[in-house]
Amino acid sequence: MDSRGGRTVSAQEQYIELFREQRTLIDRYAAPLMNDQRDAAFESFLKQGLPTRKTEKYKYTDMQQLFAPNYGVNLTRVDFPVNPYDSFKCSVPNLSTLLYFVVNDQFYTKALPQAQLPEGVIVDSLRSVATERPELLKPYYAQLAKSDLDPVNALNTMLAQDGLVIFIPRGVRMERTLQVVNILRSDVDLMVNRRVLVVVEENAEAKLLFCDHASDDRDFLVTQVTEVFVGENAHLELYDLESTHAKSHRIANTYVRQERYATANVTTITMHNGLTRNQTEVQLAGENAEISLNGCAVLDKRQHADNNTLIHHIVPSCQSNELYKYVLDEQAVGAFAGMVLVDAAAQKTLSNEVNANLCTSPDAHMYTQPMLEIYADDVKCSHGSTVGQLNDQAMFYMQQRGIAKEDARMLLKFAFVGQVIDSIRLEPLRDRLHFLMEKRFRGELSKCEGCKVCN
Amino acid sequence: MEESPILNKKQNDNEYVRQVAQQQYAFGFTTDVETEVIPKGLSEDVVRLISRKKGEPEWLLEFRLKAYRHWLTMTAPTWAHLRMPEIDYQDISYYADPTAKAKKKDGKPEDIDPELMKTFDKLGIPLEERLALSGTAVDAVMDSVSVKTTFREKLSEKGIIFCSMSEAVREHPDLVRQYLGTVVTYRDNYFAALNSAVFSDGSFVFIPKGVRCPMELSTYFRINARETGQFERTLIVADDDAYVSYLEGCTAPMRDENQLHAAIVEIVVMNRAEVKYSTVQNWYPGDAQGKGGVLNLVTKRGDLRGEGSKLSWTQVETGSAITWKYPSCILRGNNAQAEFYSVAVTNNYQQADTGTKMIHIGKNTKSTIISKGISAGKSENSYRGLVKVSKAADNARNYTSCDSLLLGNQCGAHTFPYMDVQNPTAVIEHEATTSKISEDQLFYCQQRGIATEDAVGLIVNGYAKDVINKLPMEFAVEATKLLSVTLEGTVG
Repeated sequence: MDSRGGRTVSAQEQYIELFREQRTLIDRYAAPLMNDQRDAAFESFLKQGLPTRKTEKYKYTDMQQLFAPNYGVNLTRVDFPVNPYDSFKCSVPNLSTLLYFVVNDQFYTKALPQAQLPEGVIVDSLRSVATERPELLKPYYAQLAKSDLDPVNALNTMLAQDGLVIFIPRGVRMERTLQVVNILRSDVDLMVNRRVLVVVEENAEAKLLFCDHASDDRDFLVTQVTEVFVGENAHLELYDLESTHAKSHRIANTYVRQERYATANVTTITMHNGLTRNQTEVQLAGENAEISLNGCAVLDKRQHADNNTLIHHIVPSCQSNELYKYVLDEQAVGAFAGMVLVDAAAQKTLSNEVNANLCTSPDAHMYTQPMLEIYADDVKCSHGSTVGQLNDQAMFYMQQRGIAKEDARMLLKFAFVGQVIDSIRLEPLRDRLHFLMEKRFRGELSKCEGCKVCN
Repeated sequence: MEESPILNKKQNDNEYVRQVAQQQYAFGFTTDVETEVIPKGLSEDVVRLISRKKGEPEWLLEFRLKAYRHWLTMTAPTWAHLRMPEIDYQDISYYADPTAKAKKKDGKPEDIDPELMKTFDKLGIPLEERLALSGTAVDAVMDSVSVKTTFREKLSEKGIIFCSMSEAVREHPDLVRQYLGTVVTYRDNYFAALNSAVFSDGSFVFIPKGVRCPMELSTYFRINARETGQFERTLIVADDDAYVSYLEGCTAPMRDENQLHAAIVEIVVMNRAEVKYSTVQNWYPGDAQGKGGVLNLVTKRGDLRGEGSKLSWTQVETGSAITWKYPSCILRGNNAQAEFYSVAVTNNYQQADTGTKMIHIGKNTKSTIISKGISAGKSENSYRGLVKVSKAADNARNYTSCDSLLLGNQCGAHTFPYMDVQNPTAVIEHEATTSKISEDQLFYCQQRGIATEDAVGLIVNGYAKDVINKLPMEFAVEATKLLSVTLEGTVG
């Protein structure tokens, strides 16, 4: 696999070469805890290679093409000058969040919220926490997002140097929402390998809002691996809102593990993007755990969104609810593949999965693939999937009452995604998203707010 | 498996049911008939030998050889949710002729061996026309050769051609050449390539323009010889405004080793024509320990070429150790309509990965998929389907419903639907549910004095009714019986 001698370097070899040559540099600017995992991850990456479209899980997104360009990598951790408040205007009014910034993959320490966090709560850079308190993160880091599960996990584990840790200790109920704004900022085309660790211990409660933005008119390739641990009887709300631009490519793998009586609501919203692939895997590992996994994507132009989900019922008496909605226009491509896997031991499972899609242009393309794999007999599992257009009768009804065709269409589209937005339990965020969606459908939000590219 | 005392008691209670279940495969006998079997192995020479034995023209030999050479470059598919045993393609004989002894020089059997006659009688397939009160024309195929086709003359009065594939090649070479391999090409998949290289008999049906076939046509496939594979090939062509209903049944003896069955069915439906294809598949499923059984690896596809054409697949899958089968429809003509109704039952160690593909190309096309999976014992049952709406397919409509029923806690039921939509006017709906038999329904029946086994039988039959209702009458009766036999002993 040696790629020297002026030959063209394949997408995969490019990263192998980078890792081999820059290993010392990568290690120097990262924490030992992270460095310990790199060899195994590299081995695993060599074995798996970058997925092709023949890989079942990746058949809807061409990873070879995505990873082929020669992106810059900020291995030496150069600080990019940035004023996050400048490039970020998309704040949610009336939601008094504790606001943090992550620039590319670096936690931004110059604009921390004034408010005091409850005792023991950590919101900080992964690198510094992993250096200072490795014993705290050791039981969690790379325990869910195993390298041999997925080549992107392997690649991210090989190259990631920093990211974010959110740690909510036992019994702490966070009242205020933690908002983390990920800003992509660079003067050259950049690859970012971000690593996020969220731990919510027993009886704790947290609400998280992640917002992805891009501030420069550059090509970005982001791999993000998020590991989320929800302890016994804990409660987590995790909202992930992407509003970037056409040159942003996001590959986000999220792994969630829930213990007994843990409840979680994970919602992923793609408002604006270039290419997005979200892979979300949930393990229901303790009895009576409950997950509500939702998502929606509003796509036009040549935008591409691919959500690949797995809900794994390992133990009895868990519940899962999944709802994904897509609205496609122009040449957009949407893909949804959702698997619900019920182990033989997971009796009394209740699971429901719905994927509904609106295709409004002759050039849009929707792939949908809801799947059930069930080995237990005492279960109730169902899934449904539809692709269609706006309801003719509803359109007619509204036009009959003097609502202009365009307005009627908008109302219906709005109501269509409304179902996902209504599942959000943060009221101000819900209102804000309703507002943004409306603007998006009106075409007023044909570019993302706030970023420099669009201004 | 650890057995709890409660479980043990339940098992004892069901002992009598289990005894019945053990004898469930009624068609497991073998026929003692002198069969000419060519030596095992697969090579170009074997392909040439088969072709020579059947006295085929040069173009067909070329077709076979091309397929064989292509097959060599392929690898067996692994994407299905099946644990497939390693198949040694050199350890199978590709041609077995039970009629060889009685053959005259021109290759046609003079008289049917009485043993063969008896076999088909035993299977309930009347080969004597005077006995054929059912009014169904039958093509009976054993191993690699068609034994007899009934009612041929009567059908030919209307211009309908119904004969074995070998005869069709001899008597209607132009028709065969025009359509063979146009729906399923030899490049289609691994097993299709294999079949194209070594296919033996099957049925050929041609319904001319405007003719409504007056009776049901049926083919009965029987594997008899040991260590052989059956590779039949069926071609049905319904010309403009024609109609035909076609039935297919199959059985095999009980053997300890797996037997390979890799068939191709091609259907061409022209303008406003309609074809109904029904299958009751009852190949030997292997014993309760999962030993033996037929590997049923089949490619079935219909091409709805004509405007307003209709095709309906109905299948009841109860047999085979492994079923790998996706009867599909290409809805090419405008206003074409396709249906797929399936009941797949697996018990013991059976595995089924079955479903359909609906490929919408023409405008205003419509497809319906109703699939019912029932898994029991330690079996695995998967539905796998694709609904594709291509760019030009305006106003395409699809409705898919696939339900799975689990009887027992060691089996699996899976659903893998794929939908690929490129047209904004399409309306595609898919829904699936998986559950066990409703406790409420069981309780209701028991309350009214119906024994648990009977109640389960009732509920399962009711569950499969949507599909069984689509079968022609005689088949429906048989399918209902089969269903209850296959599932006997699964409760408790």
